[in-house]
Amino acid sequence: MVKFDRFTLDNGLTVLVHEDPTTPMAVVNILYDVGARDENPSQTGFAHLFEHLMFGGSVNIPSYDEPLQRVGGENNAFTSNDITNYYVTLPAVNLETAFWLESDRMLSLAFSEKSLEVQRNVVCEEFKQRYLNQPYGDVMLMLRPLAYTKHPYMWPTIGKELSHIENANIDDVKAFFKKHYNPNNAIMVVGGAVKTEEVKRLAEKWFSDIPSGDKYHRDLPQEPIQTSARRITHHSDVPVSAIYIAFHVPSKNDQGYYEADLIGDILSRGNSSRLYSNLIKDKKMFTDINASLTGSSDPGLLIIDGKPSDGVSMEDAEAAIWDVLNQLCSEHVPEVELSKVKNKIESTMVFAEMSLLDKAMNLAYFEVLGDADALNKETDRYLKVTAEDIRVRAQSIFRKENSSTLLYLSNS
Amino acid sequence: MINRTIAPEFRSIEEISLLQPTHRLLDNGIKLYVVDAGEQELVRLEFIFNNVNWDVSRPLQAYATNALIIDGTSTLSSYQISESIDSYGAFIQPEYSFDYSSLTLYTLSKHLDNVLPVVREVLTDAIFPQEELDTLIRTQKQKLTVSLEKNDVITRRVFNHSLFGDSIYGYSIEAEDYDRIDRDQLLDYYKKAYQPENCVIIASGKVDELTISKINRQFGTGWSTSIEFQKNVFSFPQTKGGVFFTEKPDSLQSAIRIGQISVVRSHPDFPALQFLNTVLGGYFGSRLMANIREDKGYTYGIGSAQVSLQNAGYFLIASEVGSDVCSSTLTEIEKEISLLKTTLIPQEELELVRNYMLGSFLGSLENAFSHAEKFKSIFLSNLDYDYYSRYIQVIKSISSDELLQLANKYWNFDGFNKVITGKK
Repeated sequence: MVKFDRFTLDNGLTVLVHEDPTTPMAVVNILYDVGARDENPSQTGFAHLFEHLMFGGSVNIPSYDEPLQRVGGENNAFTSNDITNYYVTLPAVNLETAFWLESDRMLSLAFSEKSLEVQRNVVCEEFKQRYLNQPYGDVMLMLRPLAYTKHPYMWPTIGKELSHIENANIDDVKAFFKKHYNPNNAIMVVGGAVKTEEVKRLAEKWFSDIPSGDKYHRDLPQEPIQTSARRITHHSDVPVSAIYIAFHVPSKNDQGYYEADLIGDILSRGNSSRLYSNLIKDKKMFTDINASLTGSSDPGLLIIDGKPSDGVSMEDAEAAIWDVLNQLCSEHVPEVELSKVKNKIESTMVFAEMSLLDKAMNLAYFEVLGDADALNKETDRYLKVTAEDIRVRAQSIFRKENSSTLLYLSNS
Repeated sequence: MINRTIAPEFRSIEEISLLQPTHRLLDNGIKLYVVDAGEQELVRLEFIFNNVNWDVSRPLQAYATNALIIDGTSTLSSYQISESIDSYGAFIQPEYSFDYSSLTLYTLSKHLDNVLPVVREVLTDAIFPQEELDTLIRTQKQKLTVSLEKNDVITRRVFNHSLFGDSIYGYSIEAEDYDRIDRDQLLDYYKKAYQPENCVIIASGKVDELTISKINRQFGTGWSTSIEFQKNVFSFPQTKGGVFFTEKPDSLQSAIRIGQISVVRSHPDFPALQFLNTVLGGYFGSRLMANIREDKGYTYGIGSAQVSLQNAGYFLIASEVGSDVCSSTLTEIEKEISLLKTTLIPQEELELVRNYMLGSFLGSLENAFSHAEKFKSIFLSNLDYDYYSRYIQVIKSISSDELLQLANKYWNFDGFNKVITGKK
């Protein structure tokens, strides 16, 4: 149970406070309700590039990092397809420094040309390091546009291609800030050795004079229901061939998401999971196989990825995966197996409460989805799933016409 | 109106309190260290075994024994072990590192009675089924071929070998090494390494007397030391200043790793070297990051580290940079090293790093598990809590003069090994 208080400033900034007296530290987590899905299709990767620019100095403070490090603080940020999240941890006695820094960059950035030029390079190197110069690094660059034909989830947060980042200019940066970086588009969570009254005072002092901008209304193209199986084959200089199958699943706000997540666990969490024990251990057809969910705010994907053993044909490998999936559609998962994955979820939730930063991030994310208290109800949403729910959900997910398959074949 | 150009007042960190574990002996002599803290009803139990009897002709012996320890006992199959741990929402993780092999259990306290007997079986009665070994060989050989496509992996292997030769710290595993593992080697190693005399247990979380008695019942009785084992011995080739280049003509980026053998944690200079390392490349605002990422945009990240293993320490700088700027990056790294040897660190930067390191240390003491980690790192270096007092004292008091001397004493760019994979 993660307790919190909530208040909203007149400019629309939502503030949550989680008092945790067991630590001498404080966390300030600010989530901006903007992600790669909000980008213009011809300027992808922009939300993430922008995240880098948030560290390039703000209107009254030339450097963000230095003053924070000077008071013993650390920070970082990440961008997803849905959100951009910034976080600071620092000794709680120096909490005000985080308010000073975060409020100034919400007020306005320095918009330095030099910073833009450097960060364009840095992000291009990040693009190369994580996507282009790695074996299988470009998989999501191919799988996303196969699975999504309309919805902006068709590109990854890094962007579709290097040129989109290379072409970003300072006017685009200013416009993006104006559109998305407003107090009424942000959620701030303050946690740790803090008191709600003190957080209120500091929030009023530092954030209340930031004007609320025009509220951004998200109106994204919805992904039409997929009606036929899709597939592409890609050849590459990797040592081992691989197969990826993506299926559409419900969004995080839907109970169906929790069913899909448990299905993912039944398939690939731990050595007693189905894909692992069946295809790696028993049939020895794969050397590596996983199922994972993108876990996104709009309807996301369940992705199976596997590398067949030497000498196993791709055709046989693919058929073997479908056998495991079809079994979930035709037979009820035994009660023991279902309670196994539920217990694992339950204990993971308890372990997650040991980390202050995780708690703060989760509160912010559930708040942007609608209500931070949903974090505390998440375990129940998993526990109430029945074997029949799993079977019905599996039937709706594991259909050929709901699948996008990428065969990533080795040239060797 | 508030004046936003003025930073709020701040305080330096005065008090840092570390939670020291209590120490017990189980009935069979196993050392048990207990960090009892936290509100959540959960426990982490880590069983640590020193790596022993290193034999370069069977370099995967210790690794494979550790990896397969949870894959079968005389009464439980691999699947049953995994299922019985999973059904209680618990986690069991074998982990292999240069100095030791471990098995860690995470569980809610209420399930201890159900999961501890399984862990006991794993630690005292593993049988290493041939079939499981075959699976390990098949999957790991394929993973190795994939990771050898990664420039940073190749660079790390070449670097470690250049410093540590064919010792356990430096040996580069090849696919054929997997074919040389057999079941008898694993059984033999298991008998030698996984014995009470070679075992330490660190328990953290909510660990009350009842839990301790449960631990003693499972691991303190009916498990004894019966076979001799040898500590690993080390001798290193001491290559100095070698350049090791692996060409990958199609690479978009080159991976770089530069460094040399250095002192271990117990050396009096170690805390000060950590300070110096932080200035150079140990945090986001470091000189290497400021110059090579934030000014030049050559890389997504660059860092340096002062690492301490049980039998050697080493210093390294690592990055992946655009292939076209690889040699410029090397020039800049050399410049930054030389600057720290010739010019005093300005007072303002010195104070910043001081505060940053203290804040970061305080922040690393989040919960019972992190206090257990802090204990583990001194315990494995044969140090006690005086080390942390001294560390904090050094961070609070070190001067720019001392850091300059230290840079001159320890850093010699020409003597560093330089490993590059990609394009020069």
